Amino acid sequence: MLSNIGIGLIVLVLILSFLTIYAAYLDLRTSSQYIKKRIYQLSLLQTTFTVLSFFTLIIGYINSDFSLINVYENSHTAKPFFYKIAGAWGNHEGSLLLWVNILVIFSYLFLVFNHKHNKRFRLYTLIFQNFLILGFLFFLLLNSNPFNSIYPIPLEGLGLNPILQDPALAIHPPLLYVGFVGCSIYFSAAMASLISGYGGKLFAQSIKTWVKISWCFQTLGIIVGSIWAYYELGWGGFWFWDPVENASLLPWFAITALMHSLIVLEKRNTLYSWVIILCLLTFILSVTGTFLVRSGILNSVHTFASDPSRGIYILVFLSLMIFSALIIFFTKNKKETFNFNLESRETFILANNWFMAFFLVTVLIGTLYPIFLDVLSGVKISVGPPFYNIVIIPLVIPLMFLMSIGPQFSWIKSQNKFFYKTLFLMLGAIAINLFILYFFGKYSLLSNLIFTTAIFLILHSCFDVKKLFINKNKAELPRIISHLGFGLLIFFIGINHQFSLEEDFNLKVGEIKKTNNYEINFKNTETKESKNYTAVIGNFKLTNLKNNLVQYLDPEIRIYSNPETLTYEAAIKTKITSDLYLTMSNISRSDYYNIKFQNKPFMVWIWISAIMIALGGFIQLTLKKNEA
Amino acid sequence: MLTKKVKNRILFLTSIFLISIVAAFFILRSLNKNILYFSSPTEIKQREDIPFGKDMRVGGMVKKDSITVNKKDIQFIITDFENEILISYSGTVPSLFVEEKGVVAEGKLSDKNFFIADRILAKHDENYMPPEIKEIIQKNAK
Repeated sequence: MLSNIGIGLIVLVLILSFLTIYAAYLDLRTSSQYIKKRIYQLSLLQTTFTVLSFFTLIIGYINSDFSLINVYENSHTAKPFFYKIAGAWGNHEGSLLLWVNILVIFSYLFLVFNHKHNKRFRLYTLIFQNFLILGFLFFLLLNSNPFNSIYPIPLEGLGLNPILQDPALAIHPPLLYVGFVGCSIYFSAAMASLISGYGGKLFAQSIKTWVKISWCFQTLGIIVGSIWAYYELGWGGFWFWDPVENASLLPWFAITALMHSLIVLEKRNTLYSWVIILCLLTFILSVTGTFLVRSGILNSVHTFASDPSRGIYILVFLSLMIFSALIIFFTKNKKETFNFNLESRETFILANNWFMAFFLVTVLIGTLYPIFLDVLSGVKISVGPPFYNIVIIPLVIPLMFLMSIGPQFSWIKSQNKFFYKTLFLMLGAIAINLFILYFFGKYSLLSNLIFTTAIFLILHSCFDVKKLFINKNKAELPRIISHLGFGLLIFFIGINHQFSLEEDFNLKVGEIKKTNNYEINFKNTETKESKNYTAVIGNFKLTNLKNNLVQYLDPEIRIYSNPETLTYEAAIKTKITSDLYLTMSNISRSDYYNIKFQNKPFMVWIWISAIMIALGGFIQLTLKKNEA
Repeated sequence: MLTKKVKNRILFLTSIFLISIVAAFFILRSLNKNILYFSSPTEIKQREDIPFGKDMRVGGMVKKDSITVNKKDIQFIITDFENEILISYSGTVPSLFVEEKGVVAEGKLSDKNFFIADRILAKHDENYMPPEIKEIIQKNAK
């Protein structure tokens, strides 16, 4: 029943897509200045049906309608209500439907909200966006249909992978999808802009908001994923340079570069070609990431749902996208003249792009090189985290320095004199760094430089905030918050990295382990029944030997019944200055429990500063046009 | 005669070119240093030039009844159903580290039969098997 409704709705969306393209094509030939009402109606209808199809799937999940293969494979009647809903996008087919939803919704919103812009440009955008929609709809129908039915209807589902049953991971995919698929709209807009010749400032204004929206959601999505990895995977880290994580970072670098150079295009009406390239690249990288993750070509710890046949389809689609983007770009792109002054804000924004491009290339090589080597020579390798740390971290130093002084320059040619202020703040930063070095311990020259520049950026941002209050000009606020967030993020990651304590050992129940600073007493274990799992809870008493402070930590081992899986839940005590982190795991046929104990300073500040980066973007979205 | 504009452009292009080469050199050099090779127990037995004391990965299945634990470390055997290697590891194991399931150990080889791991990788999905291990098993099944 639901299967037929769902497929029916998808087919309707498909037909509407064709109709929209046809209607838009006809409308291009008329001389009227306004887009026909019928096109709005078609697009609205398409949006309605797409959203309905998604609700159909969600209803299937809520009712545990196992006549849908997708529900049968990923749900279970005993699953908590919230995760039944989240299950709808917690798998490949369902998330693809979410993907199509975002494509369609953005297509409609772009059409409606850009009514001030050129008609041909909007129509072409609509056409290209609908080609994308068609591509993914065919993929959905032919290869990954969430509405496929199964007969005879099974009585019980297989259940959702327990480590996905988590609030952070329930919202992680929608956030990332709005971020990554949201890029599609300015991919289409960039193509439309090339064809219709509607470029420059006005083009920048038309896509500005959409770039910001997708940037905000991407940033937030990546952060939520990191937080989840931190507390759920039990390693106590939050970023592992795993190929899947890298896949999410690639579009982020491109979009961050885009966001910055878009400002130059809007204010100075230059860099048009570069902005177009970044628009195209961002969505291409998003799809590439999806291809790498979904095809199973990457060997990653985060691999959930992979299937080579999906890979081939996405690869073909991706090649078509790149190919047509290249053709249109090289046939339609016009020559530009650049007139940049070294002491101007645009030069520094361009510097940001250089760094982003470098990071992008580094991560791309590190991620793809193992695949190429495997295909070419059959040698299996993986690229370890040290590669990224060695290549990327040193460059964060000049990046942060430029991030601090760049915004001090004004457009075109700067007359501002702020050399003494910079020197003063730099000396302040060095002094603070030496203070930390002197009182809290030694670290390498590289760390010294990182701390100093991070503090420099933080101080600079604080001064900018002060200036903001004097000038009462809100326009700079989002930039300052995001830059400040970045400075704090690097600073706290540095501190965290430098001063973390980690102990691994095996203990039996009742035993006591003494480390340099802590005494860990494994008192006992108890079992607790929950709705869909049984938990073995370990009770640990932790004494800080320096100040005799006693704390209790109770990590869990959860035994899920459907599917039968173990998960380890870390016990985390978060305080303003540090996190205590303890995981316990049981090893087959033995009385020993495997314990990992960590003390991680300023962990919560890493999250706060990362969220600040995203917050800057969200604040910018709320600012009114005349303020921004 | 070159005009100032052309001169500037040449300067700009050559500097971009040089910077890219330096960057590429920098990236590739550290890439080369930080590659982890993946081997199966059989490959370790057979290959003459296997490096000792260098980080690498070993993968296969955890042999049945092979996990032993003491105060300090966990020991277990990785097998590809042809050859075996003993792994010693001190640290937490992932929740999907189970006997007769796929596993990848990262660490250093101390001799051809003994491997000291500093990281154990298992996957999030209980039905998932790393492609390398799948290949090994398929090869040995023939």
